[in-house]
Amino acid sequence: MDIAQTLGTDTASIVTSDTRQYLSFFLADAEYGVDILRVQEIKGWETVTALPNTPEYVQGVMNLRGAIVPIIDLRQRFHMERLDPGPTTAVIVLKVIHDYGSRIMGVVVDAVSDVHDVTDAELRAAPECGSTASSECVKGLATVNGQMLIILDIDQLLNTGELAVATSHT
Amino acid sequence: MAIDITQFRQVFFEESLEGLDAMESGLLQLAEGTPAEETINTIFRAAHTIKGGGGTFGFQELTSFTHVLESLLDEMRSGRRLVTQEAISLLLQAVDVLRSMLVALQAGTEIDQTQVTEFQTQLEALWHGTAEVTPHPSAPVKTAGDPVRSPVSVGWHITFQPCPTMLQTGNDPLRMFRELETLGTLTVQVDMTRLPAFADLAPETCYLSWELTLHGAVSREQVSAVFEWVEDDCALSLTPLSVPQVPEDVPSLPSPEPAAGVERRAGVERRQSTAAADMNSIRVNIAKIDALINTVGELVITQAMLSQLRDGFDMRHLDKLRDGLDQLERNTRELQESVMSIRMLPISFAFNRFPRLVHDLSQQLGKKVQLTISGEQTELDKTVMEKIGDPLLHLVRNALDHGIESPARRSEVGKPETGCLHLHAYHQGGAIVIEVSDDGTGLNRDKILRKAREQGLVGEDETPSDEQIYALIFQAGFSTAETISEISGRGVGMDVVWSNIKDLGGTIAVFSEGGNGTTFTIRLPLTLATLDGQLVRVGGETYIVPLVAIVESVQIDTTLIHTVAGQSTLYKLRDDYLPIVRLGDLFCVQQAGGAGSEDLLMVVESAGRKIGLIVDELHGQQQVVIKSLETNFRRIEGVSGATILGDGMVALILDIAGLLRLAQYRGGMSIELQRGETARYAA
Repeated sequence: MDIAQTLGTDTASIVTSDTRQYLSFFLADAEYGVDILRVQEIKGWETVTALPNTPEYVQGVMNLRGAIVPIIDLRQRFHMERLDPGPTTAVIVLKVIHDYGSRIMGVVVDAVSDVHDVTDAELRAAPECGSTASSECVKGLATVNGQMLIILDIDQLLNTGELAVATSHT
Repeated sequence: MAIDITQFRQVFFEESLEGLDAMESGLLQLAEGTPAEETINTIFRAAHTIKGGGGTFGFQELTSFTHVLESLLDEMRSGRRLVTQEAISLLLQAVDVLRSMLVALQAGTEIDQTQVTEFQTQLEALWHGTAEVTPHPSAPVKTAGDPVRSPVSVGWHITFQPCPTMLQTGNDPLRMFRELETLGTLTVQVDMTRLPAFADLAPETCYLSWELTLHGAVSREQVSAVFEWVEDDCALSLTPLSVPQVPEDVPSLPSPEPAAGVERRAGVERRQSTAAADMNSIRVNIAKIDALINTVGELVITQAMLSQLRDGFDMRHLDKLRDGLDQLERNTRELQESVMSIRMLPISFAFNRFPRLVHDLSQQLGKKVQLTISGEQTELDKTVMEKIGDPLLHLVRNALDHGIESPARRSEVGKPETGCLHLHAYHQGGAIVIEVSDDGTGLNRDKILRKAREQGLVGEDETPSDEQIYALIFQAGFSTAETISEISGRGVGMDVVWSNIKDLGGTIAVFSEGGNGTTFTIRLPLTLATLDGQLVRVGGETYIVPLVAIVESVQIDTTLIHTVAGQSTLYKLRDDYLPIVRLGDLFCVQQAGGAGSEDLLMVVESAGRKIGLIVDELHGQQQVVIKSLETNFRRIEGVSGATILGDGMVALILDIAGLLRLAQYRGGMSIELQRGETARYAA
């Protein structure tokens, strides 16, 4: 009984309500993080089927066990230089929530890094530096092991502009 | 052991709704003045089934309502009442009330009591008031579901004398008594006087009759509901017990009823309407299931053959293996077709509501219309069926409101007073074609053109073809009706029709001979789940072209390519000039070389317009399963969906109608393109 209680309080202290876990990945030497609860799986890079007349950052679609999943190149989404897929290139499959439901999308990153615990208090608001679309997608900044971790708002990132969900079905 | 009958509820609802449809079509036949006995019988049977089922499932409201209906129909059936138009329209409305009751019960919501009561009173007035031959139907002994709620009595004395054949119809008195027991304290006394000597006893004959006493606050309806199914097979009398009732001392006679005299507290369970509102089920013809089972049988045999080959395989068996694989392929294909056919329903499901609609609307509009339906056995996919209902409804309403003229106007122009509306369905290639035609005024070409000019859809100096003008009526907000009526005219109808059909991957065309009516022709794919496709390679990409869209494929002869105004490219195909476009250009894909002779020209068609697509190579044909791009992404012009190829790669399925729009949007083509289409694309 005592042990159970101790255990209970212990686990509670580890994961308090305002601590979130973020999956981090690298993109051009900077470390980014996404809410781990939204990550469905991590895949190695595979050839995708290109979609005609879509922005360059939409790499194409991939077959994910029978589902057709669009793949977004995050480097190109952030107007960075394109990098050819290498051995560490990975696709993070995310669940993106929008106003009418949710959908599954994959993002291409340079390499997947780690899982970090960040409390909401540690999260700093992103400083206003220019009003590019890219900075709107940043939920906040955190410092982990002395390094900056850029936390992304994936719903914002993957629902804007060309990726927006059609508001009507006509 | 009580059977949980709630599991059968869904079936009851489905059957009842089907019954209502049967009643409705029967009544409409009667309305046309043919009091065929068989028709009345059909209607009566449907009503009776609903009543019986309603009783079984404990839907008192349904039972008592249907009872009045049934009594009326019974009189009509036996010729005691004339079938009048008022009676028919009242009965039709009664069908509507019943339908709304059923829907409410199915959804587990409250029934609109006031409407039901009001209507029941009307029906009763008709029943009691104006029976024309017999003054009043002698109140039958079987007072099942008496419309007037009888006061709750302290108990009932029931005399139950089944006719000898009752057991053969599957009715078991034991079950009924158990059901009665749940209502109150039951005492059963059996009368065995008719029981013959053992040697003469026929085991399926009922020789017994019973005297039952039921104590408890039970209404007459509750009691008679128990005997619902046997009321035609027995003599039943219900007498209320007088108030200070000393229970009759019934000596426990030896009776075959084990439950006799046993008291049990009535666990009055009012069944909760937990049934899911819409089970989304499908009723399948048994022949289709049989075909499916046959195919599966063959598949198993093939599999057995192949696994036999595996043991001790050497190259001598190669031919056998190849045969086996061919057979497997054939079986798989057949199996797929059988499974798909289960989803196929005759289009009569969509057509069936129109007789009623036309009947009601034509009365409302004061027009005389005769509706003819043909090809209603044509089958199409259930999902397509669900989505085609609304467009058809719009077209039929439009035909009645704008198309067919009033009788006076019709005789003026020398047409028969009664207008004709024709619904026709047939298969053509991999598509189903539905035609809605009327012999009314037809489309007013000049009026449409004038309106279109007013709204700026067509420039003053343009002279579009008839076809282009008629296509304008599918534009959003375009209506030529001078007055907005209750039925149509707000200009929201036709564009809904157009967009719904487009969503289904279909096309619609309109043909009109001024003054002689209009014909709408809808073409729809048979199914939305799979399609037969041709694999083509363009650059490094593989695309799938729906086989139905392909007219022909030819090797390009470069001498036949002409360039018009330095922009659009035409190809002289026999005597025709065909706009051609490189698929790679439309899709921004690197395509090898120029339009060299090594390339292939694939002529595709959509909605009567052709275009030549230049592709690098043709691969095989195969049936593909359609997957939506919109689930996780969005719609892409020129692509109707995607599929997964044998190697796991995704291939895009081309949407020819979209490609045509894309091609003209790119400004590559100017000939053969309709302005209306451009406006639609931009909108």
